[in-house]
Amino acid sequence: MVIAPEKQFINSPTDPMLPQPYRIERVRRETHDVFTLELRPANGTPVMQFAPGQFNMLYVFGTGESAISISGDPNDTNRLIHTVRAVGTVTNAMQKLKRGDCIGVRGPFGTPWPIVEAEGSDVVIVTGGIGLAPLRPVIYHVLANREKYGRFALLFGARSPRDLLFARELEQWRGHFDFNVEVTLDTASSDWRGNVGVVTTLIPRTQFDARHTVAMICGPEVMMRFTVQELMKRGLTTDQIFVTMERNMKCAVGFCGHCQYGPHFVCKDGPVFPFDRIAGLFGKREI
Amino acid sequence: MILERGDFALLLDALQKTHQVIGPTIRDGAIVYDELSSATDLPIGWTDEQDGGTYRLKRRNDEALFGYVVGPQSWKRFLHVPRQRLWQATQNENGIQITPEPQATHRMAFIGIRSCELHAIAIQDNVFLHDQFTDTFYQARRENVFLVAVNCGQAGGTCFCVSMNTGPKATSGFDLALTEVLEDGQHYFVVEAGTANGQLLLNELSQRAASNEEQQKAEAISAQTATQMGRTMDTAGIKELLAQNLEHPRWDDVANRCLTCANCTMVCPTCFCTTVEDVTDLTGEHAERWRRWDSCFTMDFTYLHGGSVRASNKSRYRQWMTHKLSSWIDQFGSSGCVGCGRCITWCPVGIDITEEVRAIRGKE
Ligand SMILES: Cc1cc2nc3c(=O)[nH]c(=O)nc-3n(C[C@H](O)[C@H](O)[C@H](O)COP(=O)(O)OP(=O)(O)OC[C@H]3O[C@@H](n4cnc5c(N)ncnc54)[C@H](O)[C@@H]3O)c2cc1C
Ligand code: SF4
Ligand code: SF4
Ligand code: FES
Repeated sequence: MVIAPEKQFINSPTDPMLPQPYRIERVRRETHDVFTLELRPANGTPVMQFAPGQFNMLYVFGTGESAISISGDPNDTNRLIHTVRAVGTVTNAMQKLKRGDCIGVRGPFGTPWPIVEAEGSDVVIVTGGIGLAPLRPVIYHVLANREKYGRFALLFGARSPRDLLFARELEQWRGHFDFNVEVTLDTASSDWRGNVGVVTTLIPRTQFDARHTVAMICGPEVMMRFTVQELMKRGLTTDQIFVTMERNMKCAVGFCGHCQYGPHFVCKDGPVFPFDRIAGLFGKREI
Repeated sequence: MILERGDFALLLDALQKTHQVIGPTIRDGAIVYDELSSATDLPIGWTDEQDGGTYRLKRRNDEALFGYVVGPQSWKRFLHVPRQRLWQATQNENGIQITPEPQATHRMAFIGIRSCELHAIAIQDNVFLHDQFTDTFYQARRENVFLVAVNCGQAGGTCFCVSMNTGPKATSGFDLALTEVLEDGQHYFVVEAGTANGQLLLNELSQRAASNEEQQKAEAISAQTATQMGRTMDTAGIKELLAQNLEHPRWDDVANRCLTCANCTMVCPTCFCTTVEDVTDLTGEHAERWRRWDSCFTMDFTYLHGGSVRASNKSRYRQWMTHKLSSWIDQFGSSGCVGCGRCITWCPVGIDITEEVRAIRGKE
C-alpha cells in the first residue's frame, strides 16, 4: 500500500557547509524549557523552502551548532520557525538570544514525512514532548489540504501540565470536527480532567482504517518502539509506519560519520524512515 | 616505457616545476609521506617488517627506491586534511557575516602511491564527491593531484590486498605506474601511463619502449608479490555475515582486548569521520569553525543529551569493523577496507581484522 519514498534529495542548499545569517524576529516561550524562534534571512533573500520533517543546523555565534527540525507551516513564505528545547551548551545559549539577534542557518536537510504518499489515507500522528515540533508542519499541511486525507488523529503525550507544548494550538486543533486530538499526561494533579498515562494507551481507542493508514511517530526510542507495537496490534504493517531517528550530527551532509545508524546516515537517509527500512536494527542496543 | 634508475631524478624534477612533490621518506623510524626535495630523500635501500602491533625498518641488501610497503600515514592527510578551517565569521551590531574559506589551489604530485592506496582514494572520492553533497575542500585538492603509482615488489607482513581485490598491481586511477626492477646489476622502472597527462610527462622522460622481456619481468614481480600476502580474508558474503552477527560473542572477546585508542581509524586510508570545533577570539567578535579528524572509537562520537549511544567498547569496535566490511557496501557500493594492513600493524595490542572475521565465521 504505502510506497516508501526512495532516497529523495529535496531542497538541498547550495552551499551546505556555510551557514546563512538569519535574524530573530520573535522569540516565543512555549514551556519552562522550550522556546520557538521566528527567523528571517538577515540579507533580505527569500525564506528557504522546506518539506515537513526536514531540519536545519542552527549556529549560535561562537558556541556551536545543533540539528533542529523546522516546526513552522511549509506554506508560510515569510518566516522560518524552529522550536527548541534547552538541554545543553548550544540550546542553552540559543535560549538567551533575543529579538534582533542573528543566528546562522544551514539547510534544509533530510528526508520528509510521507505527506504525499499519505494522500487518500487516514493519518495518525503519535508523538511525545518536543517530538510534536517536527510534526507540526504535517499538521498544518493536512489541515490546509483536509480533503486529500481520510481520518486525522494526533495522539500527544507530555510529562506534566507544564510540559504541554503548543497548548493554545492544541486547543484550537481540538475544535476541528475532523481532527481527533488526544492529549495525555504521564503524571497530573487532580485538576487535570484529561487522559493520564503513556501515549501508547491512546492507540487502541483511536479510529482509523488499518488498511489505509499512514502513521508518523516522533519521540524517544522506547516510546517509538512501544508505539510501533501497538500500531501493529491494530493491523498496521511496518511500511505504513514512519519514525524519525535522532543521532549526533556534526555536518548534516554525510561527511562526518557521526549520525550513522547501521548502514544509514540519519542526516541524509533520514531522519524520517519508513519503519520497515530500520526494523532490523531498531531495538538493538548501541547501534 | 623504460625509465632508468639514473634518470629517475628527471621525473621528480619535471613534476617539481609545477607541483608540490610528496613521497615516502624516513622519519622517527618509520616511512612517512612528506614533501620531497630530491630523490635522495626517498628511503633508498630500506625495507620494513610488519606484523600485528609491530613495525621495524631494516636495511636491504640492494639500493631499491621503493623496497618497502605502506607506513603509518596514508595519503588521506593531503586530500582529506587532518584539520581544515571551514569558514570565519564576525559579529557586530549589524549581525553576523560569514566568510567562506578559500579553496586550496596548489597542485600536488604523489610519488610511490600503492595500488591499495589508489583504491582508498577512490573510496574517499565516493564519500566526498559522488554522493548527495560535494566536499569542495576535498574536491579542490583532489582535482589537482598527479598520481605516480608504484607496483609493490614485495608484500608486507600485514598486507591482504589480494583478498580485497585492491592490488598488488595498480590497474587504474593513476597518471603513471612504475614497477621497479633490480636484477643482474640492472636497476630500472617499467612505466605505464594511465592518463593523457601521464603520457605527456612520460614522453618527456623516456624514449625507450619496454621490451617484451622487460614487460614480463614487471608482470612477474607483481605476480610474485601477490603470492606473499602476510594476511588473507575470506570476503564471501561478508556484508551479510557481519550484519547478521551483531550479537556474536566474539565482540565481547575483542572488546576485552581493544583499548579504544582510535589508532586503527587514524591510520586507515579510508576512514573519513570528522568533528567540528567552533572557536572565538578574546574579543568574542571573531569566530571560526574547524573540522578535524575524529574516530568512532571516542565516547563523544555518539553523544546525545543524556549519554552516548555507543557507550561500551564492544559497540564501538563493532561499529568500526561492521562499517569497514559491511555497512560500507550498503552505503557506497564497495568495501571500506582495502587490505593495507595498517590497522593490524599499528594496533598497540595487535588486534587483527582478518582474524576477527575468521572468528566470526567460526573458523578459528
Ligand atoms: C534530525 C534532528 C532533529 C532535531 N530536532 C530538534 C528540534 O526540533 N527541537 C529540539 O529541541 N531538538 C531537536 N533535536 C535535538 C537537538 O539537536 C539536540 O537537543 C541539541 O543538539 C543539543 O545540543 P546542545 O549543545 O544544547 O547539548 P549538549 O548536550 O551540550 O550537546 C553536546 C553534543 O551532543 C550533541 N547532541 C546532544 N543531544 C543531541 C540530540 N538529542 N540529538 C542530536 N545531537 C545531540 C550536540 O549536537 C553536541 O554535539 C534534533 C536532533 C536531530 C538529530
Ligand atoms: S570505521 Fe569509524 S571512523 Fe572509520 S569511517 Fe567508519 S565510523 Fe568513521
Ligand atoms: S581497515 Fe585496516 S586493512 Fe582495511 S583499509 Fe583500513 S587500515 Fe587498511
Ligand atoms: S551528520 Fe555528518 S554524516 Fe550525518
